[in-house]
Amino acid sequence: MAVSTWQVLVFGVLPYVSFALFVLGLIWRYRYDKFGWTTRSSELHERRLLRLGSPLFHFGLIFVILGHVVGLVIPKSWTGAFGITAEMYHIGATVMGTIAGVAALTGLGILIYRRRTTGAVFRATTRNDKLMYVVLAGVILAGMYATIRHQVFGGSHGYDYRETVGPWFRSLWMLDPDLTLIQDVPVAFTIHIVIASILFGLWPFTRLVHAFSAPVTYTMRPYVVYRSRDEHRGSRVQRRGWEGP
Amino acid sequence: MKVMAQMSMVMNLDKCIGCHTCSVTCKQAWTNRSGMEYVWFNNVETRPGLGYPRTYQDQDRWKGGWKLTKRGKLTLRAGGRWRKLATIFSNPLMPNIHDYYEPWTYEYDMLLSAPQGKHTPVAKPKSLLTGDDMAIKWSANWDDDLGGSTETMQDDPVLKHMSEHVATELEKTFMFYLPRICEHCLNPACVASCPSGAMYKRAEDGIVLVDQDKCRGWRMCVTGCPYKKVYFNHKTGKAEKCTLCYPRIEVGLPTVCSETCVGRLRYLGLVLYDADRVGEVAATPDETDLYAAQRSMLLDPHDPEVIAAARRDGIPEDWIQAAQRSPIWRLISDFEVALPLHPEYRTLPMVWYIPPLSPVVDVVASSGNDAEDGRTLFSAISQLRIPLQYLAELFTAGDTRPVEKVLRRLAAMRSAMREVNLGRDLPEDVAGAVGMTGDQIREMYRLLAIAKYEERYVIPTAHTEIAAELDEMACSLDYEGGPGMGGGGPFGTASGAPTPVAVENFHALASRQTADHPSTPGRVNLLNWDGNGTPEGLFPPGHHPEAHDGGTPGSSAPGSETGPDKPPAGD
Repeated sequence: MAVSTWQVLVFGVLPYVSFALFVLGLIWRYRYDKFGWTTRSSELHERRLLRLGSPLFHFGLIFVILGHVVGLVIPKSWTGAFGITAEMYHIGATVMGTIAGVAALTGLGILIYRRRTTGAVFRATTRNDKLMYVVLAGVILAGMYATIRHQVFGGSHGYDYRETVGPWFRSLWMLDPDLTLIQDVPVAFTIHIVIASILFGLWPFTRLVHAFSAPVTYTMRPYVVYRSRDEHRGSRVQRRGWEGP
Repeated sequence: MKVMAQMSMVMNLDKCIGCHTCSVTCKQAWTNRSGMEYVWFNNVETRPGLGYPRTYQDQDRWKGGWKLTKRGKLTLRAGGRWRKLATIFSNPLMPNIHDYYEPWTYEYDMLLSAPQGKHTPVAKPKSLLTGDDMAIKWSANWDDDLGGSTETMQDDPVLKHMSEHVATELEKTFMFYLPRICEHCLNPACVASCPSGAMYKRAEDGIVLVDQDKCRGWRMCVTGCPYKKVYFNHKTGKAEKCTLCYPRIEVGLPTVCSETCVGRLRYLGLVLYDADRVGEVAATPDETDLYAAQRSMLLDPHDPEVIAAARRDGIPEDWIQAAQRSPIWRLISDFEVALPLHPEYRTLPMVWYIPPLSPVVDVVASSGNDAEDGRTLFSAISQLRIPLQYLAELFTAGDTRPVEKVLRRLAAMRSAMREVNLGRDLPEDVAGAVGMTGDQIREMYRLLAIAKYEERYVIPTAHTEIAAELDEMACSLDYEGGPGMGGGGPFGTASGAPTPVAVENFHALASRQTADHPSTPGRVNLLNWDGNGTPEGLFPPGHHPEAHDGGTPGSSAPGSETGPDKPPAGD
């Protein structure tokens, strides 16, 4: 079966467009909007629901992302070389993925409920935030649906995305997308991939950028930071006086 | 020894009348913005009271500042680096808006726009967070002057910490005001708590600041600060705090709160300290020794060894002189009357306080005794255990001896100077009883009671003689229109590096003062434009025929149809 035009657009063009937006957008945002680079925490307004929803959502999502990295980046033959059979992988990935996905989805549900019902938090929600929530929830819901439909209730082995989606994903990075691999992918996965691509394109322009400021260097620096006022004065590059204009 | 300079403040609590002028002027200058409605970089609390935010001193609950581990190692009370990262998605130790107060405005427009009716229209309070009607239940100084304190005072963390059952007794006898700003600590817990490394202590003058471009809004600084003087701007999602008005300090002006203080009770100046000893002093095993330990790390600016070390460490000459004239050094170390606020938090705070003698004076005076008499005051100080212990909980981690010593010195000054005012000699025995000389009493009186502006504020300007600055100074002459007249960059006007603001301001002001016409000719800097005239290029060209036709006056009469929009027919 030949690859249709819409499949070329969805699997061959959209990923590159959104990735370009993602990278260039992040660079642009970092250069021109360091001040806006935050997620505008609303913990000041409401603490109880956040305490429950936020860790649930974030930790769930971290495991979901790790699962995606393993599933998409590591070829089947590599895990096989470690003696992990397809069954073991399928059960492990489905169980852990479902738990992490449910945690993230529950957390997101609590957070969205909180955002809608707490007056001050709702007032602090921009249209940009709302769009982002729709897309983010869409990605997770579509992913959850695909997992439940094809992995949990899809027979003993489920749908083996590691034969199709994984190699296709890696072929994208080789700048030689092999669309024949993915043309027969179930609709649920297609929807998940499309919304995910949109999410990556939107990412730099939403509050999601805070994911890229995870403060890992905190564990390595000395506690108290000293800084000279002269280092950061004005926009000029500091030169010595005798070096000429 | 590594010598560093610290810009510090001392407040003389005896003179504070609780007028909140400092809070209001500070708010107008710095936090009069949305997102910061609930924030007071400077606030004045009535003590005993709950403080702002409520019960911020209860570190069992809020876990601000540092503590010692069982092995005597200094660690953040709220937990170290890994714990911070683990709780980054939801910080359980951060105060809620209701621990501060929900900011509000009034529906003033209703007073004018309400339709005619039977009743006088009222301006209802509206929440600034939700926009809804709200009942006002608390504010930044709700228990001002002990208002309603029979309901709330028992929750004062300082009172709770005191062993005696004093609350009701205390209310009868004792009240004072405590103005608070950021402490600009030598061992700041907020800086240590910041995961992004956005908070820093300025190496030159020790002012603690937040880099707004680096702050990512993780909110750990709010928890880290035991004084709760870092605030979260809920609009921008970034931390903000008292800056010690650094733009004013850099040019030698006192902070807004100091400048506008009605009681003239604030002192600003430098102290030199040994930065190598910060960790060791902050880890002093016994809490009550922290006051003495912190004093021991401040360096005598008159000591030749210290001066030599300061020069070696790059502290400019005028800053060393400023440190020698510093009222802070004199109050802390010469007269020994200033004490740190809550040294037991181990942050080594650098806004110190002279504890108030007035509660004691009030008690003595109301009992019908002579409140100016040294001996009466001395015995009253040692007998009035309650105020003494309360002050000790605030300033010396519970040790009453340093507080008693300060109050005795203040009492000695009071009674000795009365003798002088009555035309008698200054009684050396009264001075001697508190370990001072008559001359010292006079000097202290001059600094505390006369309190001349230039003696209260000894602020060296930011030093311009360092190399990086010289660069800007040297090149500034070469800017277009500058005295050097080097003019523009390689690609003509406006190319190259931007003109330093100082140069731009200089020319704008000069031309405004010397020009016949108002406003700057040629280029328009909106920041400098005074609103007069119509500088070239600021407004789009009007329908002035001459402006377009240039050299051919008369060819177009007013009202003719030959404007630039409408080319003449046949062209």
